[in-house]
Amino acid sequence: MAKVVVLGSGFAGQTAALNLRKSLKKKDHEVTVITPNKKFGYVPSWVWVGVGKMDVSETQFDLAPVYKKKGINYVNGLAKEVHVEEQFVTVDLLDGGSEKVEYDYLINATGPRLAYDMTEGLGPDHGHTVSICTPNHAAEAGEEYLKMVERMEKGETVKMLIGTGHGMATCQGAGFEYIHNIAFDLEQRGLLDKAQIKWISNERMLGDFGVGGMVIGKAGHIVSGKIFAEASFMEQGIEWITGAAVTKVEAGKAHYKTVESSEVQTEEFDFAMLIPAFAGVPIKYITKDGSDITGDLCAPNGMLKVDADYSSAPRGFDNWRKEDWPLTYQNQTYKNIYAAGISFAPPHPISKPAASPDGTPIVASPPRTGMAAGIIGHVVAMSVADIVNGKSSEPEHTASMGDFGAACVASMGKSMTRGSAAVIAMYPVVPNYEKYEYGRDMDATFGDQGLAGHWLKALLHHLFIYKMKGKFGWWLIPD
Amino acid sequence: MKKVKFVPYSQLGDAWMEPQSFARFTRTCVIWQLFKFARYNLQIIKVLAKGH
Ligand SMILES: Cc1cc2nc3c(=O)[nH]c(=O)nc-3n(C[C@H](O)[C@H](O)[C@H](O)COP(=O)(O)OP(=O)(O)OC[C@H]3O[C@@H](n4cnc5c(N)ncnc54)[C@H](O)[C@@H]3O)c2cc1C
Repeated sequence: MAKVVVLGSGFAGQTAALNLRKSLKKKDHEVTVITPNKKFGYVPSWVWVGVGKMDVSETQFDLAPVYKKKGINYVNGLAKEVHVEEQFVTVDLLDGGSEKVEYDYLINATGPRLAYDMTEGLGPDHGHTVSICTPNHAAEAGEEYLKMVERMEKGETVKMLIGTGHGMATCQGAGFEYIHNIAFDLEQRGLLDKAQIKWISNERMLGDFGVGGMVIGKAGHIVSGKIFAEASFMEQGIEWITGAAVTKVEAGKAHYKTVESSEVQTEEFDFAMLIPAFAGVPIKYITKDGSDITGDLCAPNGMLKVDADYSSAPRGFDNWRKEDWPLTYQNQTYKNIYAAGISFAPPHPISKPAASPDGTPIVASPPRTGMAAGIIGHVVAMSVADIVNGKSSEPEHTASMGDFGAACVASMGKSMTRGSAAVIAMYPVVPNYEKYEYGRDMDATFGDQGLAGHWLKALLHHLFIYKMKGKFGWWLIPD
Repeated sequence: MKKVKFVPYSQLGDAWMEPQSFARFTRTCVIWQLFKFARYNLQIIKVLAKGH
């Protein structure tokens, strides 16, 4: 009997657990999920929670009944240590106490640690900015936002600052959605002229999104996505600051440096939502003799190293290739450990790195979107299931970000008749200039904006919640 | 906040593109958007197919 343990119940963990259970016979093998969550959260809709357009409960469902029905063991707690040689995980249980969970195969799908502490004064708990990165934070952001609306209704002008809160943050797409949803909502309320909305981001230019931007075919031309991103901002009267590293936040003030200047500049705000840097969650990797080898197994940011070429980073942007990116997501020291979703350490950024003149790094880190997390969770599960079932001895299912594409539907306003979303598809995620003139296959790379995008976003909300519940035919829905 | 007026002219020069009334109309025109909805789905299937 094999014991497969999955850490985390986000897109990567849930996809992995469901696929493992589908491929491994219940009477022969155990699948266990360790997660601090009682509910699954559909992250992409938290943008709507953050503008008070959706109740957070609509984005969640209870995990326990799903796991019970599927025959997946559920340990409701936080993984603290992985004992790599004795093959067990120590877990701090949510109800108190701790538990030791044994494994033969371990999939770390713990997502990011939201590293607010990397920027002084950032974040909702100990800082001065709101967040939409957890369900509770998104609900709080929604309440704060509605307070701003009240102030505008009374005739006040309100300054809003949205974007990234660290020079190496990722997830610009979520910020892009949030700023557009705010602008759309204020326009609907007739309050847009009462808001000064500003974007601040570590992207070298608008539309970079941490994937080095993209070019698309439009009306017989090849056009930079930057033009569309900028046009969408101009249309709503949103100003922007790019190439910026927010270094400190105080009440009502964000301080930042840019790639052009090391001089600290300040942006004032009444309301700010700045995405923090992402790091790996603080799990320790311990050997039999008690040595802590976390530093060897993880990148400096705490994300787990897998089969990527980590020696490629110093070669520099011009020499980075798609082969640098992982294929199987298997840790190369302990081959029964895998990382799926945001928890794997990327070999280097996708976008061209920059820095302020005094050396503060400023680059949008590579995003691992919900789709990428799902795809990776799926292939890792398939590889582990094949090994457990004796079909292979090595992981044979692969999914390199240089070989799979991404479809992103970025909400720009929630309404079934007047809403909008940018629909962006790209193939592959990591540009390949050796193969494609513009880095990506122009036949499968496109961008558009309109109401149909919102319909798609709304459809995906229901489709993915259905899939993540493991309901009838869930596996027919693509990752 | 007034719209484009406040964007510095230098930035306008970089990427000046504003939808006119017809483009705005098509964005929420249900029939046109139904067609787009079908197209988006096909396009996403294409991306999925390439990666699998
Ligand atoms: C506001 C917002 C909007 C977004 N919109 C989109 C979008 O429209 N489309 C898209 O594709 N992507 C979107 N993303 C990105 C997408 O949500 C992430 O890529 C995706 O959630 C990553 O999945 P994951 O499973 O790797 O991590 P997560 O979803 O973060 O899941 C990690 C899991 O691990 C658990 N965990 C953490 N620590 C431990 C521990 N010590 N032990 C056990 N479990 C642990 C967590 O509780 C959680 O269950 C958005 C992100 C944000 C923040």
